[in-house]
Amino acid sequence: MLRLAKIWRIVRRIVREPLGALGLGLVVLVVLSALFADVLASYPPTKLSPADRFAPASFQHLLGTDHIGRDLFSRVLYGGRIALSIALGATGASLVIGIMLGLIAGYGPRWLDNILLLVFDALKSFPTVILALTLVTITGPSLMSVVLVVVLVSVPGYARIIRTQTLVLKSAEHVMAARSMGAGSARILTVHILPNVIGPILILASMDIPVVVAIEAGLSFLGMGVRPPTPSWGSILNDGFANIRDSYWIVVAGGLPIILTTLGFTFLGETLRDLFDPRLKGRV
Amino acid sequence: MTVLDIRDLSVDFATESGALQALRKVSMSVPENRIVGVVGESGCGKSTLINAILGLLADNGEVTSGEILFEGTHDLTTLAGTAMRDLRGQKIATVFQDPMGALNPVLSVGRQMRDIQYRSNLSRREKDARSIEMLRKVRIPDAEQRLVQFPHEFSGGMKQRIAIAMALMMEPSLLIADEPTTALDATLEVTIIELLKELQQQIGCSVLFISHHLGVIAELCDEMIVMYAGEVVESGTTRDVFHNARHPYTRKLLACDPARLTHRARRLPTIPGTLPDLRNRPEGCVFQARCELADATCSRMPPDEEIAPGHLARCWHTEASVMIGAGA
Amino acid sequence: MLRYALKRLGLGIIIVSVAMMMLFAMVYVIPGDPASVALGPRATQEMVESLRARMGLDQPIWIQFARFYMSAFRGDLGTEVLSGRPVLTVVLEQLPFTLTLIAGAISWSVLLGIPLGCIAAVKRGGFVDRVIGVLSVAVIAVPSFVIAIYSLLIFAVALQWLPAIGAGEPGNVISQLRHLILPSLAVGLGWVGYIARIVRASMLETLEASHIRTARAFGLTDRRITYSYALRIAVLPTITLLGVGIGHMLSSSVFAEIVFARPGIGKLVYEAISVRNYPIVTGAVLVTTVFFVVVNVIADIVIGALDPRVRASFD
Repeated sequence: MLRLAKIWRIVRRIVREPLGALGLGLVVLVVLSALFADVLASYPPTKLSPADRFAPASFQHLLGTDHIGRDLFSRVLYGGRIALSIALGATGASLVIGIMLGLIAGYGPRWLDNILLLVFDALKSFPTVILALTLVTITGPSLMSVVLVVVLVSVPGYARIIRTQTLVLKSAEHVMAARSMGAGSARILTVHILPNVIGPILILASMDIPVVVAIEAGLSFLGMGVRPPTPSWGSILNDGFANIRDSYWIVVAGGLPIILTTLGFTFLGETLRDLFDPRLKGRV
Repeated sequence: MTVLDIRDLSVDFATESGALQALRKVSMSVPENRIVGVVGESGCGKSTLINAILGLLADNGEVTSGEILFEGTHDLTTLAGTAMRDLRGQKIATVFQDPMGALNPVLSVGRQMRDIQYRSNLSRREKDARSIEMLRKVRIPDAEQRLVQFPHEFSGGMKQRIAIAMALMMEPSLLIADEPTTALDATLEVTIIELLKELQQQIGCSVLFISHHLGVIAELCDEMIVMYAGEVVESGTTRDVFHNARHPYTRKLLACDPARLTHRARRLPTIPGTLPDLRNRPEGCVFQARCELADATCSRMPPDEEIAPGHLARCWHTEASVMIGAGA
Repeated sequence: MLRYALKRLGLGIIIVSVAMMMLFAMVYVIPGDPASVALGPRATQEMVESLRARMGLDQPIWIQFARFYMSAFRGDLGTEVLSGRPVLTVVLEQLPFTLTLIAGAISWSVLLGIPLGCIAAVKRGGFVDRVIGVLSVAVIAVPSFVIAIYSLLIFAVALQWLPAIGAGEPGNVISQLRHLILPSLAVGLGWVGYIARIVRASMLETLEASHIRTARAFGLTDRRITYSYALRIAVLPTITLLGVGIGHMLSSSVFAEIVFARPGIGKLVYEAISVRNYPIVTGAVLVTTVFFVVVNVIADIVIGALDPRVRASFD
């Protein structure tokens, strides 16, 4: 009960900001429509109906149909499931790896720190999409490749922040005190350092969710992400792009959910950051 | 003629926890061709006073009463933006405390000195010549070559001399010097003070010299005022205030000046207590909480008691106060 | 200044070397033999063997690696297997198209972003500031390829104001500029937001600086203080930001080039990948990475030249 009350208080503070309210509203909309996709969708997302090819929006097909007669509204709903689960899974994986590498770099020996920093810098020096394309060529287009790309792209950022904070905390008084009383490295890292670095990184990660959604949609748009016929917003865009001159509603159906989701999470993330961690404000 | 005449000036700042009264009924004047010192601890309202004179109070600051008469005619508290701006730099010039930050880091010194002459009709070459002349006056060697250099290429003392050169370039009638030597070391301080005095006599301007360094005030100033918590508690000629201080705060301040200690003190004396909260000013005397002479009368606003012609102290006990401090 | 520049350059070289090492490792783990992949399923064993020898694939891994390194530093990125043309030539042919696109994107972002950030700072807290703030966040959030597709749909397909496909007739500058507008806007729009935000923030910080108070005390006009004294400092972070941004713009240009069917590095890589033309892929990745690192080194050196303080901190 206590936790619920606390969450409620936070929600009320978010909603008081117009931008926060809009962001939260959009996020709730996207999450609910993904969760209840099977209830809301009137057609299975992969069901072909050649008779209804290229049908514009109507009451039967709220967003119209695509080049092989699939209902776009249903595909958008199910595409939300893919987008959100990849966003959560990939961000979670990057967080775990980033935190571990950051702690190692910050707490471990100097030479290891230097090597890791170089690796992070080098990873960051590849243009994201070109790195992603190269990787997908190696692993083949799949859900896991998308996750791998996200991890490679976002781990350096998280790790660097964790590293800096760890370096600061390493010489902080309470950590020195714990060490002088014989606490081992593992204990110091998990009990004294990790809880202090995790807050800001979680907010940053929440702000990275739109980036992950964009990476998934972008790779799927290029045909390098989620494999057809699995519905993905990016592959809807791909289907629509080929027919953009005659059937504009397909790209509209593919693009709108991407815009709403990225805007929603960004507005929410910005509000959260301003409310809870004004220190991060300068970061662009 | 008085160059600057401030009467009953009060300034409030709006803060989240209510109005903060930064200046209360401040009256003072700067006569022509004189150097007037302002002393007081940090937080006594010196900076607010300067900003009020320059019309540069922060957005949440407001003049609630009084006037600032400049050269007898303009009331600076009511002057519109452009008219005020025309006085700044032209008639009223300022040297600020921090020489490191006072100059724009990405513009050359010459460019900045040329820019402040923007009202003059001189050609670019003539303006530069004027800048060089001023740099020579403040004894910057190789002035011509140094005009193209950037602020970081000068030492702190040089930067302060450049700031003085800039301030005096337009031959203002009032120079405000806001702790111009505080950030410098002692030997530099002496040269800057001597330079200021020399240039003041050359140009014939008045100077409002803010400092918390009593020795500098004694050395340089003809008259002085003592500020405490946004009020002028004592004012008069430097001689009067130093030798016949009558406000308990002034007496304690003088007693605490390390330069004036006659015997070797084991610990430097301090004034017990802290500044009052300016959001809830005490009724009556502002110093009463820290004053050993405080009694029931002090809860009423004290008058500006005239000790001698031109020597005022805002206190009920100007007679008894001679007992306080080192002079006792 | 020279020492500062050399230090930045040294760091850049190290980063490129590490990136090359990773690239080599990535290519090495590609399943399937590049030679047989390149020749297709009907190639004979002999043909594959001879191609392997020509590509140096029959050597031990460390020799392959050393060769890759040495030749890359000589500017030799190998030859495209089928046409036999040097990879570097093929990649460099496409580079100007991508650079034009990025230059266009930078123009949009600087020409719109700096004034917007400046206005927001001057009108801080007001309605205009809030609108600019929300718009900046919005254009940052929406992915560039969605902007590309939607702007194509609206301005090229529906309104037919601007051309949809290609980079314009060679030699016809007007046509090339018309073809540049939409793709460069798609790549640069997000950066309008980034730049507006950073200029606003650094402008607000700069306006608080004591030298601005000095300038006020000397009676300089607000206009000159804001747009000359403060802006000159406030725009400095945009240079660093754009240095990083060019990497992102390279990424976005892949989409813009595909959506608008423009020639360029992105399109080259995309097409090379779909036919598994690996030498082109590695070559292009290497060239873009070097380009990106060089740009960052230049950005840092430019910052050092514009801001005497940065230079001083390195001397």
